[in-house]
Amino acid sequence: MSLKTKKKKGKKKTSRIQPFKFLEKIAIADAAFEAYGKTLEELFVNCAKATFDVMADLETVTPNQAETVKLENKTVEDLLFDWLAELIYLKDYKAMLFKEFSVKVQKNTNYILEGEARGENINQSKHNLRTDVKAVTYHLFEVKKAYRLWKAKVILDI
Amino acid sequence: MQYKIHKVKEGVWEIPTSEKEGMLVPARVLGTDKLIKEMDDGVFNQVTNVACLPGIQKYALCMPDGHWGYGFPIGGVAAFELEKGVISPGGIGFDINCGMRLVKTNLTLEEVQPKLPQLLDKIFYSVPAGVGCKGFVKLTPNQFREIMVEGVDWCIENGYGWKEDKERIEEYGRIAGAKPDKVSKHALQRGMEQLGTLGSGNHYLEVQVALTDQVYYPEAAQVFGLDRPNQIFIMFHCGSRGFGHQIGTDYLRIFGDAMRRYGIKILDRELACAPFSSPEGQDYFGAMLCAANSAFANRQVILHRIREAFSEVFKKDPQELGLDLVYDVCHNIAKIEEYQINGQSQKLLVHRKGSTRSFGPNRPEVTEIYRKIGQPVIVGGSMETGSFLLVGTETAHQETFGSTCHGSGRTMSRAEARRKVRGTELKEKMEKKGIVIRSVSMSGLAEEAGFAYKDISEVVDAVDSLGISKKVLQLKPIGNLKG
Repeated sequence: MSLKTKKKKGKKKTSRIQPFKFLEKIAIADAAFEAYGKTLEELFVNCAKATFDVMADLETVTPNQAETVKLENKTVEDLLFDWLAELIYLKDYKAMLFKEFSVKVQKNTNYILEGEARGENINQSKHNLRTDVKAVTYHLFEVKKAYRLWKAKVILDI
Repeated sequence: MQYKIHKVKEGVWEIPTSEKEGMLVPARVLGTDKLIKEMDDGVFNQVTNVACLPGIQKYALCMPDGHWGYGFPIGGVAAFELEKGVISPGGIGFDINCGMRLVKTNLTLEEVQPKLPQLLDKIFYSVPAGVGCKGFVKLTPNQFREIMVEGVDWCIENGYGWKEDKERIEEYGRIAGAKPDKVSKHALQRGMEQLGTLGSGNHYLEVQVALTDQVYYPEAAQVFGLDRPNQIFIMFHCGSRGFGHQIGTDYLRIFGDAMRRYGIKILDRELACAPFSSPEGQDYFGAMLCAANSAFANRQVILHRIREAFSEVFKKDPQELGLDLVYDVCHNIAKIEEYQINGQSQKLLVHRKGSTRSFGPNRPEVTEIYRKIGQPVIVGGSMETGSFLLVGTETAHQETFGSTCHGSGRTMSRAEARRKVRGTELKEKMEKKGIVIRSVSMSGLAEEAGFAYKDISEVVDAVDSLGISKKVLQLKPIGNLKG
């Protein structure tokens, strides 16, 4: 997936922005990433993709089963934390790897998330597995919006 | 470095309270000049954050294998008053009661080497490892709740262990005070099918040989079961799996709200905490002990599977093969222990996150079979460099709240390790050195390459010189199994 930026000086120019990138210089024993999105929904999807990219080569995962997620929290930060924590819980409980995600976030009194994660049961002979994620941490955890781009920093416990 | 740090004595470095607003006690980082110089800045920042937590006693400590974690540094030790002090999930880690087990055999390198590939295949099959793996013990929710309370006792009653295993486990494999009603449904669902599994990351199971020329304390080595040259041991490292991880996550959220109510301010959300005596603090402690007991049970079931595998491959009873547990230590936990504070004996809540208890001779907490010599301390090194068995000391009780190092400590990010070596290449290199590898993930294997860690000898020499534990013997891997 790529995000397109606005053209410069009248010339049509697109530059690809990574949906996420891993940060190597912090929390070296764990996995830290920064994810981006033009919308809050896209940010949540990209954070989920980064989380599962730590666990497996998602090219080897077929999205043939879905799990639905409904969450509510007071802040965007806490909602993102809950979303990733819920997916990590489902990974163990349902023994699944997720590859595709759709998310709808609404602001009422609280922020409300309705989402779906699609993937399949973990199969060691089919999936190119990487390292398990134990938990999402609050260490240096942040969600920001700058220049119309949402950005989140997340450290996962490995 | 951002902070002024001075050497108190050889191997002990101190950051005074004047270095950060809110520090209640100094921070002490242990290590040789080389280890301190190479330690990442995150350690110093995190250990000084810990020094700000309410009710902390004497010092916030970091062991010589310390590295940047989340909340507390890995290698962090902190003790808190029971009444006015706090309990923090970030001071224990998500993998509650992650720990080490060491098992002896009556076999020698010469006897095991010809059957090593077959043996590792068998164990690899019997002890599931890797992302989302499930164990072979099928439990009902009620049985899982029994495990939360009974720990290793449940395993022994259900045929997954020997009676004598119990006296070779920290806290005898069962800590009183577990409260299953304080555990969420999510945690129960997440952990119920994972009993007897190894996990992933830096968790491993190794077949090791004791190096005859690297026995530093022969009397202790003999008490711990060394009785022949080139003797084979089995060491493994794992914890409470998804169950503990979920309890950590659940209470991190609960404590976030509780802190506002109790007016506690912290420098990192991952240091979320609650007064130990508060309802939230007591609930977490009760839930944390459920995970601690389940981790003891997890390692016990793994030991059972190892015994079965050896028995099948060598066609002898596990008893005949001498597959006795040497010891089981926790290195991610909080426990109530007694220390002298201002000349008075006081019960404290000691948090150890990537640190091992190191109790010396004649302490009543040490199992009777080892009481004269002290508690075994198992320090796992990287898969290329080997591991150490040490013994606890009275000095640790005086200086470090009865604590020492737990491993060698990472120095390189996982991505950098992957860039430096491919998993298949590393496997080939290690097999040339005589170390047979079985790994679910080749990239996971590359992340655990020896060069990504500190020199374990330097770490172990540091704790030995400081006197907070004493080297007994060195073990080298000949077979490594990873998730």
